[in-house]
Amino acid sequence: MIEARQLTKTFKDRKRGLITAAADLTFTCRQGRIYGLLGANGAGKTTTLRMLATLLKPTSGACTVAGHDAVTEPEKVRANVGFLAASTALYGRLTAREMIAYFGRLNGMTEAAIAARIRGLADELDMHDFLDRRCDKFSTGMKQKTSIARTIVHDPAVMIFDEPTLGLDVMTARAIVRFVRQCRDRGKTVIYSTHVMSEVEKLCDTIGIIHGGRLVAEGTLAELQARFGERDMEEIFVKAVGGEAALAAALRD
Amino acid sequence: MNWNAIVTVYLKELKDSLRDRRTLISMVVIPTLLIPAIMFGAGLVMSKVVKKAQDEATSVVIIGGADSPGIVAALKADPKFRIVTADGDYKQMISEKKVRLAVEIPEGFEAALGGGGPKTVMLYHYEGEMKSGMGVGEVERFFRALREKTIESRLAGRGLAADLIKPFETKRQNVAPPEKVGGNLIGGLIPYMIIILCFTGAMYPAIDLTAGEKERGTMETLLCSPVHRVNIVLGKFLMVMTASVATIVLTLCSAAVSIVVGGSMMMGGSAARMAAAGGGARADGLIPLIDPTGLVGVFALIAPVAVLFASLLLTLSLFAKSYKEAQSYVSPLIIVIIMPAMMGMLPGVELSAKTALVPILNVTLACKEMLSGVWHWNYLALIFGSTALYAAVGVMLCVRMFNREDVIFRA
Repeated sequence: MIEARQLTKTFKDRKRGLITAAADLTFTCRQGRIYGLLGANGAGKTTTLRMLATLLKPTSGACTVAGHDAVTEPEKVRANVGFLAASTALYGRLTAREMIAYFGRLNGMTEAAIAARIRGLADELDMHDFLDRRCDKFSTGMKQKTSIARTIVHDPAVMIFDEPTLGLDVMTARAIVRFVRQCRDRGKTVIYSTHVMSEVEKLCDTIGIIHGGRLVAEGTLAELQARFGERDMEEIFVKAVGGEAALAAALRD
Repeated sequence: MNWNAIVTVYLKELKDSLRDRRTLISMVVIPTLLIPAIMFGAGLVMSKVVKKAQDEATSVVIIGGADSPGIVAALKADPKFRIVTADGDYKQMISEKKVRLAVEIPEGFEAALGGGGPKTVMLYHYEGEMKSGMGVGEVERFFRALREKTIESRLAGRGLAADLIKPFETKRQNVAPPEKVGGNLIGGLIPYMIIILCFTGAMYPAIDLTAGEKERGTMETLLCSPVHRVNIVLGKFLMVMTASVATIVLTLCSAAVSIVVGGSMMMGGSAARMAAAGGGARADGLIPLIDPTGLVGVFALIAPVAVLFASLLLTLSLFAKSYKEAQSYVSPLIIVIIMPAMMGMLPGVELSAKTALVPILNVTLACKEMLSGVWHWNYLALIFGSTALYAAVGVMLCVRMFNREDVIFRA
């Protein structure tokens, strides 16, 4: 489970002064469900997820991930989290097997457990053909599969996905979406950020719309449709953020 | 600190670095191949040039000497000289390197040898030009011999013994042990070389492991792992240290091998035999012997310097967004390192309580002393202590930098 309470993050910028990337975010992601964080570019999705994954420290507020406080027990949080983002790349000079094994070791797994886990993951993700090839020679699909294996090598209870389909071809993106569903079906807590409306509609049990660092709307798809009187997710989103003018202004900033 | 995590990070970085062309080139290829190639190549070319210049007859213009036909004939008969007729201004000919030097024989010189007053033979040469300098030496040798012969004949003419004007002689003999002589000769150069290698060896891995990772997007992946950041820093730091030490060791080994092999090749094995026997300070300047204990001392003193370099390089390159940016931060540092290292080679700069606190300069000076077999324990302790302190501050700075979100996620 993930619980965020008044989670706030501010940055100092030399040109723009104090920037609030996330303001008073309070939400809960439950086990076995997918929480979708929907927002435009610069809305604060990545900052929020990085705080949950303990890569960034909140300026104020708190969050508990898998029963551990993200500020006081960051290592324990990370041991229970699988973090997959468009910005989490692979070591090009390592093979897929070495890459997965490295993260297994960093997670404190034994060599025997790592070997068994790699066999299982290679079967599941169909990776046997390229397991011993260097990552810098991989196609996008191979890279994504290896990244997934790296993320789940330690079988974490919580999965955090930060725009994982960004820049991927249709087939690879579909594979990712399928994998996210599998995570939910296996009882993991999943939080998934995106700016693609269709992904949210298809995938998420609960949707949180984030705009200017604030959570402006939250609920299931049906609840949001009822609240905003719209069927289409894009229309719901535009209404939730305060109309097209507000969205355009935010994107300009 | 978790040693398992540190070792895991270190071993991965080692494997990764050994597969990186740039690191391999700076760590292995340059020390093992390029250094001997430069030493052999430059040494061979230099010895050939010098030998050619020595074998070549010195081209000399004779000015005057019409009333000293005997001297002119003797100069012409000497195979070391090639007498050239001046076809213009001899000074210009010398400065244009058409002739090596000009000899001005004063009027009535030959007649004066019989018992006249002292005359001055002028030698016109090109200051700083190697061939002209060697030519001057040869001509001076010729006139020295002539002077001695003249003195002898004058003494004989008066029925006096030749040793009348030589009441005593002076002789030189080296009493310093060969190690000390060697240490003095190359004592300044070795720490200077080691310090530069220590820095350049650490440079590329430090950039690759920090700015390189940020640029490739793997830094965020690594930070997702449950390992504490201190352990990640230390693992990376150990790798940079390894590269630094490997560069030094490989360079010293390849330099030693090329000196011994090259020396024995050039001298038909005599140099190598002399080195093996430990006899003689050096074999014609090819193999200066140095105190092995001094070399161990140098390594002990270089260790905190390597730590300092590794931590500073990691800190600086961690701040950069990309490999290129890191290179532009780090490259000018070489000058900052070279300056104090070079100052240590200057003859007037000595080890004192003040210089013992100047980083890099202190190590260079102490190493010079140690290689000559002089151990100032109080200064050595001060140097080791101060450098270790600087190094500790460097590592702390590095860890601090790694914990700064604005640095890690700087884009």
